[in-house]
Amino acid sequence: MEILASLVVAVLFACGAYLVLRARTFPVAIGLALLSYGVNLFLFFTGRLVTGAPPLAGGAAATADPLPQALVLTAIVIGFGMTAFVVALALRARGELGNDHVDGGGEER
Amino acid sequence: MSHWIMAPLLLPLLAGMVNLLLVRRGAGPQRLVSLLTTAALLPVSILLLLRAGGGEIVLYQLGDWPAPFGISLVLDRLSAMLLVLTAVLALPALVAATAGEDRRGPNFHVLFPLQLFGINGAFLTGDLFNLFVFFEVMLIASYGLALHGGGRDRVRAGLHYVVLNLIGSSLFLVAIGTLYGIAGTLNMADLAIYTTSAPVEQTTLLRVAALLLLTVFALKAAVLPLHLWLPALYSAGIAPVAALFAIMTKVGVYAILRTFTLILPVTGPGADVAAVLPVVALLTIAAGALGALAARRLTVLIAYLLVVSVGTLLAGISLFTVPGLTAALFYLPHTTLITAGLFLLAALIADRRGAVGDQLQTVAVNPGNLLGGLFFLAAVAVAGMPPLAGFLGKLLLLQAVAPPHAPWLWAVVLVGGLAAIVALSRAGSSLFWRTEGEGVVGTGLPLPLLAATVLLLLLTVALTVWAAPITRYAVATATQLLRPQETVEAVLGREERR
Repeated sequence: MEILASLVVAVLFACGAYLVLRARTFPVAIGLALLSYGVNLFLFFTGRLVTGAPPLAGGAAATADPLPQALVLTAIVIGFGMTAFVVALALRARGELGNDHVDGGGEER
Repeated sequence: MSHWIMAPLLLPLLAGMVNLLLVRRGAGPQRLVSLLTTAALLPVSILLLLRAGGGEIVLYQLGDWPAPFGISLVLDRLSAMLLVLTAVLALPALVAATAGEDRRGPNFHVLFPLQLFGINGAFLTGDLFNLFVFFEVMLIASYGLALHGGGRDRVRAGLHYVVLNLIGSSLFLVAIGTLYGIAGTLNMADLAIYTTSAPVEQTTLLRVAALLLLTVFALKAAVLPLHLWLPALYSAGIAPVAALFAIMTKVGVYAILRTFTLILPVTGPGADVAAVLPVVALLTIAAGALGALAARRLTVLIAYLLVVSVGTLLAGISLFTVPGLTAALFYLPHTTLITAGLFLLAALIADRRGAVGDQLQTVAVNPGNLLGGLFFLAAVAVAGMPPLAGFLGKLLLLQAVAPPHAPWLWAVVLVGGLAAIVALSRAGSSLFWRTEGEGVVGTGLPLPLLAATVLLLLLTVALTVWAAPITRYAVATATQLLRPQETVEAVLGREERR
């Protein structure tokens, strides 16, 4: 289970890193989204993988840690908002610069 | 419990929200709200400075949750000093914006206070995840401010800045997750207890987290090799925004200082950081100096000098001794204020030169003796020449370094200063001396912008005049920072919980 979880995070990070290094803004936006998914899963897993345990301290022997879930919730909100912002900015750049290259295209570089 | 510590957060947050409601009423009411709140931040932060200056570490538990469970705000000498610096910088930057730049988009007066909210929050928080949240608040506001006014250069530089910082935020979250996975807490003081007594098998993970955090904060602080976004962004933005952004790199520097004195001390899991930091600091100075020499625009030149100043600050911090931190803390307000002043001055000069703007080429326009005099004063201050505070800061730094590293640091800092002088004299002579033809063209000087510039330059002179009390405060701050157990005791109470 732990190995599967870490593989999922690793694949998301690898894909995200590859896409972020692309030269067009659309793959970069997708790459950032994948990175943030990887990060969210990673944060979630830092509370350890347990099944069927209540998120309460004391009492039961095995408890799920509720704090990473709260952290992930915050990270999801911020990540989602920022993805939307990047998409809007990429569209703006497409309009202002005339193409979707991350450096604004070939006219001077 | 005193609630004043909340004021530097609540005031700008409320101002931002009120201004959002006032968007349709035009710039007038928004300006009033922003100016009143930003002006009110100054006495509030000075009040907090007086409180923390005695050495007391003020703790505020949000929602009255006890320390490791809720989010704490912690006010010590360092945060109080940076709060005052932010307020002192924000007011001239805002006044300069009222010269007309703020009308180029409807949301300037919404984003400006929210940016202050993020910066102040980052300085006050005692919780690592909360630091991430305030970083995001600061960055989101800064994305909007950097793009304020629109145009090709801003969008291009802004896109790079946003993408880089989103990747940085992801790394920050990974570092936070690693620390939480090991320690089970994110309260900085609680983490400090854990990391100093962590079991041996955890040290590798702690070292990984330390280096991840260093990378993230180095990106915010514009440390080599993560500095390349800064000159493009700062030279593309409008002058008041570039002036306010002078404090943003210092937030990164602050985070490095806080993390590696309190959470992951360099004597423990931060040891790698102590090895890496002096090297990258000196390389940052070198890269910034080369960039300044190669700059073809005045704002790019100033932005590279900002990179040099970050390197100088980190060179002092990387010593992790009382004299080293003192030098950095003394130099920090000076370099922030003078860089901001230079950005505003560059806007004044560019206004006068018409279409050429701030490009460093000879034209038949002389910007005038007043601006020439101001530029001379600012150049002397920013290059660290005597008699102004920049010189004193560098002198403290050169005195602080111990023999084994001394030759390197002396050489790089002094040659970097020389490069700054050469770059500034070249810029000054092509702007003011090699100007054939008649005198001034263009409109009169916009009064708010001129007043803000003069105020910032006078403040650096004031820092020189009151150098002795500021040095005493810096020594006290450095001493407090190198005794993290004081903070731990203040936040978590006397008894060790573990």
